[in-house]
Amino acid sequence: MAKITAGVGSSHVPLLGVAVDQGKSRDDYFGPIFAGYDWTREWEKQQKPDVVILVYNDHASAFDANIIPTFAIGCGERYKSADEGWGPRPVPDVEGHADLAWHIAQSLILDDFDMTIINEMDVDHGLTVPLSMMFGQPEAWPCKVVPLAVNVVTYPVPSGNRCWALGEAIARAVESFPEDLNVQIWGTGGMSHQLQGPRAGLLNREWDNKFLDMLESDDDAVRFIPHIEYLRETGSEGIEMVMWLIMRGALGQKVKRLNRHYHIPCSNTAIGHIVLEPVD
Amino acid sequence: MSEATPKQNIHEYLAELDDIPGTRIYTAARARKGYWINQFAMSLMKAENRARFKADERAYLDEWNISEAAKQALMARDYNTLLDLGGNVYFLSKLFSSDGIPFAEAVSTMTDMTWPEYRQMMLDGGRSPQGNRSIKGGY
Repeated sequence: MAKITAGVGSSHVPLLGVAVDQGKSRDDYFGPIFAGYDWTREWEKQQKPDVVILVYNDHASAFDANIIPTFAIGCGERYKSADEGWGPRPVPDVEGHADLAWHIAQSLILDDFDMTIINEMDVDHGLTVPLSMMFGQPEAWPCKVVPLAVNVVTYPVPSGNRCWALGEAIARAVESFPEDLNVQIWGTGGMSHQLQGPRAGLLNREWDNKFLDMLESDDDAVRFIPHIEYLRETGSEGIEMVMWLIMRGALGQKVKRLNRHYHIPCSNTAIGHIVLEPVD
Repeated sequence: MSEATPKQNIHEYLAELDDIPGTRIYTAARARKGYWINQFAMSLMKAENRARFKADERAYLDEWNISEAAKQALMARDYNTLLDLGGNVYFLSKLFSSDGIPFAEAVSTMTDMTWPEYRQMMLDGGRSPQGNRSIKGGY
């Protein structure tokens, strides 16, 4: 039986990918950011997950303005790194787990989540930066990945509550997969940042840390934070944090925190990272 | 089992999104208005299109169903005007990536700061939410 054994939350700022690709991850600017992931990189070597369900948003790479899926699941065999305007990141191809992905997709649809199914797409920094943060620079990624793309760009985006409930449904789907698999779920994006308009550069250390506290809690109040609160408190792109709720919803009521890290700034963005383990 | 989200009227929801200072939330209305601006920007993900655009920006833009005002704003890299015309920053980022400038530098051009001033603000902890949360509320 497959089982979700841990959840990881992480920012996915594109500049982090640049730092890895150009060997700058230990310099004065990036060193304190990457140091907060050292524990997790060692832990992942011990955990050896078979599959990561990687919740992220596509930044106008695989999906253009034409088709806007609210929740899309990658059911393909393999995904290449997207060319986001400066050439693709030099990272390994991402290997899918088509059997598990199709199982989850079918299960979710029967569970009232009307998923969009993607067979072929390129994956951008939203997906590849978290892999670099957690696994470094291997010749091949050490696990398979089920990409789960969420629309957090065109409004209305899904509510936090809907994201949480999707996470719960994903956990049910994984548990009904017959093969023994060690599965992690990662929620990525955020934390506070605004990339547009005269208010650009907004960061909110206090609110971000309150959000991390809420993720650690047994209480599920975090799922009911309305969009407008994310937007007012954490900037227009802080809304990406709803994707962390898919991860958290998949872990059940009680969790144990294994690692937590927060750093300001990385480019325009507050970096947040958390590792949670479900507690029966 | 999951609880239902309290239902919110779409008009009230959208009105709230317009109450944030210095911010254009990318609503369906903006997405409709800026559709071809954003699709143009997407086309710059292909190296051959970037080369054609760089060789003659005006000629390349003339291939698209984009208003003259938007073409001028694109050539001027006037990102605030492009947001008003329905551009979205993730799409527009293909343009500033094609220009080879850092994401944060392009973002800084939308503020009242120079790029070094903006970078320093970020190093100092970023822009405070204080007074920047609500136009009507002023908090």
